[in-house]
Amino acid sequence: MAFNEKIRKDYQNQLSEIKGAGIFKEERLIHSTQAADIEVEFPTGSSLEKVINMCANNYLGLSSHPDVLKAAHEGLDHRGYGMSSVRFICGTQDIHKELERRVTEFLGTEDTILFPSCMDANAGVFEAILGEEDVMISDRLVHASIIDGIRLCSAQHDTFKHSNMEHLENKLQLHENKRNKIVITDGVFSMDGDTAKLDEMVTLCDKYNAMLFVDDSHASGFIGPTGRGTHEKYGVMGKIDIITTTFGKALGGASGGCVSGRAELVEMCRQKARPYLFSNTIAPVVVSGILKVMDILSGSTERRDKLEANADWWRQGLSEAGFVLQPGDTPIVPVMLFNAKLAQDFSTDLYKEGIYATGFFFPVVPKGKARIRTQISAGHEMHHLEKALDAFIKVGRKYDILGKTKQEIIDRYGM
Amino acid sequence: MDEMQKMVLEYVIDEYLEDEDEELTVDTPLISGGIVDSFSMVSLKRFLENKYNISIPDDKATPEAFDSVNKICALVKEFI
Repeated sequence: MAFNEKIRKDYQNQLSEIKGAGIFKEERLIHSTQAADIEVEFPTGSSLEKVINMCANNYLGLSSHPDVLKAAHEGLDHRGYGMSSVRFICGTQDIHKELERRVTEFLGTEDTILFPSCMDANAGVFEAILGEEDVMISDRLVHASIIDGIRLCSAQHDTFKHSNMEHLENKLQLHENKRNKIVITDGVFSMDGDTAKLDEMVTLCDKYNAMLFVDDSHASGFIGPTGRGTHEKYGVMGKIDIITTTFGKALGGASGGCVSGRAELVEMCRQKARPYLFSNTIAPVVVSGILKVMDILSGSTERRDKLEANADWWRQGLSEAGFVLQPGDTPIVPVMLFNAKLAQDFSTDLYKEGIYATGFFFPVVPKGKARIRTQISAGHEMHHLEKALDAFIKVGRKYDILGKTKQEIIDRYGM
Repeated sequence: MDEMQKMVLEYVIDEYLEDEDEELTVDTPLISGGIVDSFSMVSLKRFLENKYNISIPDDKATPEAFDSVNKICALVKEFI
């Protein structure tokens, strides 16, 4: 037996170290559908609590929408459960191509390829389109999946300070002699809720002949006047060379992702991207649900408009109550607490008040920047937001942080 | 602080610090402190190699060896 006692002990020690460092992750079991109101078992074995979910990526409230469920049921009946094959052998149905066409149209790009997840899209795309002679220049706060994709690619890599256009230009000058250059950013940064300055980035990329890559996972479906994404918000639709996004957040919330952009780059992914070549694509039942989501979003902006109004109300309410917020104008509203233990305790107290919102701290965010990340949904009604705000204020008073500056909070609780 | 410490400190502040109010000394933990990530370490290594016309072998360019300005300077001096 290879997994002997010594090996077991070694892994047990590693797990103990994770626990000792206070970064051991535990799952909370949800006994209901994903929605604003959920029933949660936490810790495991305890009785169910009805709480308001303030930390899902269910931005448009479509995860359990009856029309999406109906479409998924129909998809299951007509196209079955699984494909038992990768795309290029016998794992492509008409609905997969239909979804690729619909996403291309929605994002205003040239072509789209589906991936099992956006994690896979980001892991596969760079290796498929770049080589040793090229350079990737990424924002320092890009998502972990992009970092994995960069690691898998032989092109040289450099970074620029978060959203710092002067630093980006320096790096573009530094690497001017490279064959192909690609600038890599998130559209909406998931931890801070701010957006990339895509208009300025397009100008810089044009100036230095660089391609531009945007992961719009926290934007597709609701950022921009008709919800097309960060490129719509900044008026640069058609000018982003590669957009990756997920169907696991606003667009139904089940699973799946895609690479959408220049036709040749998408075709290179079809020929070379390993997660596409060596894994089944999105299951037919999920594809059917996403197609219905595309119908809903193409027909009306009602849901993204409600989300925007909800997020504005929530941000203003927290701000007037005296919390320190990370500035931004997206449904991701981080309440800054700076100290990791304070963030954990704050989250625990919120849960006792019927509010589910998780604390984030190092290594997920930089040291000294611990926070509660709240995420607003079109599925939230005003009574949800009012109850949540009351709870935040109550817990905020307990820790005496309302109206206090960043420095005052750090002075009292430490970094 | 010698010339090399001063120069490396200046480079790290200029290249990596995001907040103006962050403070950095020659002993501040850079990698374990989350200031420089392992990716950015690569450009730091390249900068040092170009500046001092040296080559730092990959097995010497560990996160531990790059964890403070002082440690970086000690490493560079091994190869000058």
